[in-house]
Amino acid sequence: MKWAIGERVETRDAFGEALLVLGRRRDDVVVLDADLQRSNKTETFRQAHPDRFFDMGIAEADMVSTAAGMAATGMTPFANSFAMFVPGRAYDQIRLQVAYARTNVKLVGGSAGLTIGPDGATHQSLDDIALVRQLPNLTVLVPADANETYQAVFAATETEGPFYLRVGRYPTPVIFGPDYRFEIGAIQELRAGGDVALLATGIMAAKAIEVAELLASRGLSAAVSNVSTIKPMDPERVLDAVSGKRLAVTMEEHSIIGGLGSAVAEIVAADAAAPPLLRIGVKDRFGESGTADELLEAYGLAPPSMADAVLEAVG
Amino acid sequence: MIDNGRLGDLEAVAREMRYHLITMMGADKPHHFGGSLSSVELVTALYFYKMRYDPANPEWDGRDRFVMSKGHSVPTQYAALAMLGVIPMVELPNLKRLGSILQGHPNACTTPGIEACTGSLGQGLSFANGIALAARIRGLPSRVYVLLGDGELQEGQVWEAAMGAATHGLDSLVALIDRNRLKSQGDVDEAKRLEPLEEKWRAFGWHVIGVDGHDLRQICGALDEAEGVRERPTVIIAQTVKGKGVPFMEGQFQFHNAAISQEQLQLAVESVKASMGEETSA
Repeated sequence: MKWAIGERVETRDAFGEALLVLGRRRDDVVVLDADLQRSNKTETFRQAHPDRFFDMGIAEADMVSTAAGMAATGMTPFANSFAMFVPGRAYDQIRLQVAYARTNVKLVGGSAGLTIGPDGATHQSLDDIALVRQLPNLTVLVPADANETYQAVFAATETEGPFYLRVGRYPTPVIFGPDYRFEIGAIQELRAGGDVALLATGIMAAKAIEVAELLASRGLSAAVSNVSTIKPMDPERVLDAVSGKRLAVTMEEHSIIGGLGSAVAEIVAADAAAPPLLRIGVKDRFGESGTADELLEAYGLAPPSMADAVLEAVG
Repeated sequence: MIDNGRLGDLEAVAREMRYHLITMMGADKPHHFGGSLSSVELVTALYFYKMRYDPANPEWDGRDRFVMSKGHSVPTQYAALAMLGVIPMVELPNLKRLGSILQGHPNACTTPGIEACTGSLGQGLSFANGIALAARIRGLPSRVYVLLGDGELQEGQVWEAAMGAATHGLDSLVALIDRNRLKSQGDVDEAKRLEPLEEKWRAFGWHVIGVDGHDLRQICGALDEAEGVRERPTVIIAQTVKGKGVPFMEGQFQFHNAAISQEQLQLAVESVKASMGEETSA
């Protein structure tokens, strides 16, 4: 394991380190970026393997189609931009030439969510999970910390087929230790609890642990689960995580429409025994400029306000 | 340089391809007649003259590849692949039917010989760049051919890809433009002007060749010329007639995607059959 528990690391840094190692191990790995290689942490790969790195210019649609053509000719391409632009700027290309075509393209949406911060709403992807989640054939991964991100990059490479990997630039505490083994589709319980089930994805997993601690101090026992595979999502695993609880809660740095909250809602709505669901995320609005922590606070995604929301919903 | 005997053979292939196209699409169901018919000679020259391609082994890694970027014209490619034996000839009448391997637009997952999923216009040139770049990295001898519609050039992604191909000096790449001047709702240039088209491609760093898109001697000559070009991609701008070979469809945008009657089908088959009986130009 590369990073110690509690250390604050941006998942994009873990992605970049994994990519560099991958490039040494496999000569079929190529990397494309749309003029954001320093932000996306693909720059070290470029320096190590200039013959397998392509700066596609500011042309995301072209980048994704080119990656698909490379994949069809035996390469394993990673196509990178901000999560705002991949999938946003290249949605049609992803739909046709990656998902429908089942090309072995690994899409990476970097600097995702509100926590890209001061650049504001134009650069804050709150809809990328919604866009990719409903595409058949695509696997969608939103790792929680640096160690999980590092493993997820290898898992995505070793598994044939199209992937979307969401990473960010928020220094989030490492929560997984040396024994952790990432598995696509798994839902890990990070903390046991009897009253409510918190299901979190991405950087919200670490925040969910804080929320559970706040709730414990107020007399509510919360289980915390990490849902880093948004798709495919196994209904049984979700129901196992929420069954017997008074309330299920989803937490994501994304719109409450279309992301983890919607995915879980689709499952619990079909199960009469499942508890009611509270979806925590950005409530159908655009973001704005501010620091990452200011924004999380202002949009109800800081642990104290999330704990309040859970207490209010549980009644 | 193509000799007269070979040219006559190719012209016969093109006539047979038109016959398969018309009978495959048939009457009473909407099909993309216009752009399929205008691209027949271009597809003929690729599969039956220029491309290094083994129909018995369409997955051969070192093959030349053809991307039908104007995906709605894929019936022409289906006809060619059937004539080569890559797909069974008996499949052709199943075009666009439920469960058929012959989807309305190209699907590389279901159809042998199809290299790319296309249909949403503008994506094929970028995809072809990806093939050419990967072939370069892997040391494959493959050349890449991509057929674009002229209306398709109104998609901005085409010009992103045009810059990319020139930047990377992709001399294994040849784009062919089916310049039939009509899109689904009318004149291409009235909506967004393409001219001066040759100058545009030249300004983007491409080697440009203009041909009559129904003259196989010119097309084959252009494909030969492209092989000698170094460090830049080649575009062949082929002046064509939409609906070529079926007189009542020629130059009519209404047959971009249309259903024809049984009577019209009869007329179309007769036109194509009559041309099949003609002497070759050899």
